[in-house]
Amino acid sequence: MRFRQAYYKEPLLFEKPGAPTSGVSDCPVPPALRRDRLDLPNLPEPEVVRHFTRLSQMNFGIDSGFYPLGSCTMKFNPKFTEEIARLSEVARAHPHQDASTIQGHLQVLHELQELLRIIAGMDAVTLQPAAGAQGEFTGLLLARAYLQDRGEERTQVVLPDTAHGTNFATAGMLGFEVVEVPSRAGRIDLAALRRAVGPKTLAFMITNPNTLGLFEQDILEVAAIVHQAGAQLYYDGANFNAILGRTSPGAMGFDIVHFNLHKTFTTPHGGGGPGAGPVAVRRHLEPYLPVPVVVKEGDAYRLDSDRPKSIGKVRAWFGNYGLLLRAYGYILAQGADGLMAVTDRAVLNANYLKSKVGRLLDVPFDGPRKHEFVASGAALAARGLRTMDVAKRLMDYGHHPPTVYFPHLVEESLMIEPTETESKETLDQFSADLAAILQEEAHVLRNAPHNAAVARVDEVLAARDPILSWRMYRARTTTS
Amino acid sequence: MGWEEDAMLKELGLPSVDALFEDIPEKVRLKGLDIPRGLNEQDAVRRITAILRKNRAGDTLPTFLGAGLYDHFIPASVRAIASRSEFYTAYTPYQAELSQGILQALFEYQSLIAELTGLDVANTSMYDGSTAIGEAALMAHRVTGRKDILVPRGMHWERKQVLRTYAVGAGLRVREIPWEGRTGRLDLAALRAAVTPDTAAVYFENPGFFGTFEDRVDEIRAAAKGAMMVVGVNPIALAITKAPGDYGADIVVGEGQPLGNAVNFGGPLLGIFACRAEHVRKAPGRIIGMTKDAKGHRAFCMTLVTREQHIRREKAMSNICTNQTLMAVAAVTYAAVLGGNGLQRVAAENVARARRLMDRINRVPGITAPVFDGYHFNEFTIRVGGDYKTIARALLDRGVHGGLSLREFFPELGESALVATTEVHTDEDQDRLVTALEEVVP
Repeated sequence: MRFRQAYYKEPLLFEKPGAPTSGVSDCPVPPALRRDRLDLPNLPEPEVVRHFTRLSQMNFGIDSGFYPLGSCTMKFNPKFTEEIARLSEVARAHPHQDASTIQGHLQVLHELQELLRIIAGMDAVTLQPAAGAQGEFTGLLLARAYLQDRGEERTQVVLPDTAHGTNFATAGMLGFEVVEVPSRAGRIDLAALRRAVGPKTLAFMITNPNTLGLFEQDILEVAAIVHQAGAQLYYDGANFNAILGRTSPGAMGFDIVHFNLHKTFTTPHGGGGPGAGPVAVRRHLEPYLPVPVVVKEGDAYRLDSDRPKSIGKVRAWFGNYGLLLRAYGYILAQGADGLMAVTDRAVLNANYLKSKVGRLLDVPFDGPRKHEFVASGAALAARGLRTMDVAKRLMDYGHHPPTVYFPHLVEESLMIEPTETESKETLDQFSADLAAILQEEAHVLRNAPHNAAVARVDEVLAARDPILSWRMYRARTTTS
Repeated sequence: MGWEEDAMLKELGLPSVDALFEDIPEKVRLKGLDIPRGLNEQDAVRRITAILRKNRAGDTLPTFLGAGLYDHFIPASVRAIASRSEFYTAYTPYQAELSQGILQALFEYQSLIAELTGLDVANTSMYDGSTAIGEAALMAHRVTGRKDILVPRGMHWERKQVLRTYAVGAGLRVREIPWEGRTGRLDLAALRAAVTPDTAAVYFENPGFFGTFEDRVDEIRAAAKGAMMVVGVNPIALAITKAPGDYGADIVVGEGQPLGNAVNFGGPLLGIFACRAEHVRKAPGRIIGMTKDAKGHRAFCMTLVTREQHIRREKAMSNICTNQTLMAVAAVTYAAVLGGNGLQRVAAENVARARRLMDRINRVPGITAPVFDGYHFNEFTIRVGGDYKTIARALLDRGVHGGLSLREFFPELGESALVATTEVHTDEDQDRLVTALEEVVP
């Protein structure tokens, strides 16, 4: 089966013929503020719906096909949670409503906090962060507030060289200095870690399994080293799909955890967002959690903002509630048995696919993987090809490419995460297609994709000469 | 384990899936998860729906709350498009060729925001209006190298708290400018006195928190001197008000929820972020650019990525990665369905609806509405004789949710509340609030 993506030469909304905006008479705003021009089109509704329907047909989601984007956990998004999140009790609820009118929402928040707390093996949870990166931001603020309370001003965040880019950026955004620890054989080098941590270390942030899909077996030693230095151990939950019910950050000795509900707990990613990034912590960090905290008193739920040590707020109101609700629905439906089966199948799928891909491409490092594995396209250089060429050609076969060129530890990397919701047939098809692609003539790959909406996109041109809005485009085309 | 799993295990030569977890040290292994067993879909829906039915919202309880989030009517076409699973089940468009649809939709969203704000550049979203302010403060610091952020005292306290959280990492200071007694506008003399060579940004909102407009924008621009002017907007109001870029704004932020997105109990929302082209390389967040494909056809891709976390790491402009893309798609769909004329009509109607309610409430003995003079957008402040929280509870008993109490955060306003209305409220809904107030205000 070859894939062919829809292509329409679809003009921009702003280029479509439609009546100009006429302006309002007796504009009811102060005279100095009245708008004299609004360049927005006026189009018939059916044309608008067709426009966006065509655009959707030039897009690829998990419902379109296999999406093995490593570290992103692209699994099937259940449909029932979509319906629930659209109920008017949810859509039209205002966060400033009196607590007596939102007991159901507060119950959802409270129960989800509890479920995530148990899954993480921690003591307390905040649901406020809007995404994983904001969870990291929250976690580091918590660590800093706790240590400052003890009179310690720590300025460094230690990261392994396989860490996600957001870890570095979060540390930078908060003014911390980043200390990078090199890996050894794909895992944390304990000796290097010992050298890296010290009295200036605020936290050591890692995923486990790491981005290579390898479990950090020395995790208890890692925790001991970090804690002896008086630092906090931070769990980046991007790879949580690999450990549900098999182990937990709490069991491994972590102090802070963030979840990516749009990964492990399969809230749809919306083409780039929204997500949700709840944070779980151990008891010593609980007083610092963002406000408000949902508390249960008898049968009633209440919002508690009277937390003198709180770091304040990282986002207005309670977080991305619509996503929290979807994740709650997913966890209820899966239950303990379902979540454990998720991890078992995710790990089995990854190892099965690794064994197949391993016959085609180099997959460095030995031993079982967890949720994902990283192959190398370095050998393609002999044919004048790069990993990107294989990635683009995979599109022609109807697969979304894996994550490419990350982690940097593996040259010309392809990071493949199949997730538990893919059938054996899909995995077999993917590896058969990859095998076929590697047999194809070099020019076929180099000029791929051939069947996507467009040919290879010139990203260099886009950055060299940025056109970022219709306004900029129009100014350019009218002056030249 | 089913037959697929058995076949895969057999091919891997493994007795069971447990073999794949043997590298997890014994000491950290779990026996299971201490949460209930799963439910089938029907039971899960039943259970969650039963919980959600304990809530009351707009459909059953006319609610006059705003304060940054507004319950507008959303045409069904907007939900239909945002429910296209090619959009909502996609990840970030890392692979441009397979993602042309959402990339073009986001380019159109950026274009919409650029047109409304009068600035050339908009990113594809921040988490919400509050974090957009935080990011604007950080960007103003990057551009100017200065550390003071001036904000109105009359600003939502949650936004102020979020701004402080963002500011703290960069060592920025947040200072408040009081409002002018009768109008709620910024106190210009206080602003002029507060601006120093270390002022990175002057932030104000238009319309402001109390629903009034800030019309002395040229004076604010002059007072800000070399600081960046950051304006917080309501995108619907922008349909009929001057584009902030035209009065000197360097950055425009705002809560984009009113554009085609539900209130959603406070999330997901849509953080608007726009800036001048000259500063784009200091801007946070994902930006889509127009380019060409290998055959010379128009194409779109993520661009200027060297600002972002996955390339620049600790030197990135922001750590944001996952954002609110789907809300941006809904926003541009909403604007397209309404068109420029429809958007202006909704904007004008929201001024008129606020005026109607304000006038009627002002006739209720014991209430002053509005507290501040001038045109109001969506909402206005009222002052009551008795204890407002008691009044609010009595309103609930009468099946209507009143405005937001302000006493705790703005004690100088006395027993006051912020009352919001939009086109979702019929005259009957508004009158229900007025009648209830007549009954309960002492």
